[in-house]
Amino acid sequence: MTQKGNGEPVNKLKVGMYWAASCGGCDISLLEIGPHILELIQIADIAFWPCAADFKYKHVAAYPDGYMDVCFFNGGIRSNEQERIARLLRKKSKSLISYGECAVDGGIPSLANLKTREEIFDAAYYHNPSIDNPNGIEPQEITEIEFGELEIPSFYRHVLRLKDIVHVDYEIPGCPPQADRVWEAIGAVTGGAVPLKNDMVKVACFDKSVCDECPLEKKLEKIKGFKRPHEARPEPDWCLLEQGFICMGPATRSGCGALCIKGGLPCRGCYGPSGKVEDQGTAMVSAIASILDARDEETAKKLIDQIVDPVGTFYRFSMSASHLKGSKQ
Amino acid sequence: MTMEKTNVPERWEPRIIGFLCYWCSYTGADSAGTARMKYPPNVDVIKVMCSGRIDPELITTAFANGADGVLVAGCHIGDCHYMEGNFKTMARMPLMRRILEDLGIEPERFEHQWISAAEGEKFVKTVTSITENVRKLGPLNWPKLMKERGVGHGMDLEPWGD
Repeated sequence: MTQKGNGEPVNKLKVGMYWAASCGGCDISLLEIGPHILELIQIADIAFWPCAADFKYKHVAAYPDGYMDVCFFNGGIRSNEQERIARLLRKKSKSLISYGECAVDGGIPSLANLKTREEIFDAAYYHNPSIDNPNGIEPQEITEIEFGELEIPSFYRHVLRLKDIVHVDYEIPGCPPQADRVWEAIGAVTGGAVPLKNDMVKVACFDKSVCDECPLEKKLEKIKGFKRPHEARPEPDWCLLEQGFICMGPATRSGCGALCIKGGLPCRGCYGPSGKVEDQGTAMVSAIASILDARDEETAKKLIDQIVDPVGTFYRFSMSASHLKGSKQ
Repeated sequence: MTMEKTNVPERWEPRIIGFLCYWCSYTGADSAGTARMKYPPNVDVIKVMCSGRIDPELITTAFANGADGVLVAGCHIGDCHYMEGNFKTMARMPLMRRILEDLGIEPERFEHQWISAAEGEKFVKTVTSITENVRKLGPLNWPKLMKERGVGHGMDLEPWGD
């Protein structure tokens, strides 16, 4: 890297970040690296980041192909605008990185795959306690006004992962990804320790399950009944799953450092399925059913009926990555 | 009489994946065959060493790859060759049934039975009933459903700005 007169490197890395179907937390989580952000802007220029700086799509479209060295993409794909931007950013970036659980596995927005487009619109624009829409107005893809036609993006039936649309080089799971891990990953890319081109390699996380990082003790006791986090206070230093709290630890990828569990809450599964698991929900079915305190079918069924919303709980962050990907309706 | 060409589609036959445990249910299916009992040929049998080895992931894999139904059969409770294996099946399958129902897959498409080595007749009855139930429901065709609504959708869209 050559230096300018003022000590600033000339050929700084070009970095981009984009948000699609996500909550915006991923953009904020990148800032969670704290003072490291100053080191980052020493070595990198921001080429596109709608959340933090004023860039238009046309600016990105005007870049030569492969102009950006690294582009972080957070959020799933659920509209044609997001899909087009994903394709554009793929073209303009040397390395495209799925950042956060929505881009990697669908995340919470992918739970919408369980409902139809009509059901979602009904909840969003008609039947909802906080909605007052007496004229039944809902957004249309094309609206005629006196000056011409207005167009808004079309809404897909299904939330897709970034890798369903374009080739992805690296994936950083987590909701949001933990700052320390992210900084390590950025360091690896910017320091040239890993190639810019790769094939959907998961970074900033580990292959094993959250149980591997969990400090709580397993007493090898069986589950006698299920409790929800607001219904009881967990006993300290004892495996939450054995106590009857549905903890997604056994089916979830580690990397977070078991943060929720250390805070007294069961794991919600935000890093997606662990290394050797394809489908997080069925891995959890397997894990839970193996430690039920039931010696006959009736007891087992009674215990299972205590679980509230198994699909929403077990697939909370990974519906788009699961085998079935959504509901039949 | 002249033969007219009609547009009647090829007759659809239910395709059901059956996971049978080696020690009881597979032998039960064998005994049905040895006794020359008749049953529909729609169940593709996959032999596993124990019904406790049937990871729920296999069931979703079967449906996701186009199975119209899934049958899981193992030794009766207390008869497991590995002592505890089918206790896990006993708890997993009802939970799996709830998951499938929530995903909109009709409960009749998923059958879980205990079939011992001597119960060839029960095997025939189970296979006949699930085949008839699935035939009534029609094809599930999950790969087509997903293709219609998702992965690959809009693949022809041009990148923005081109």
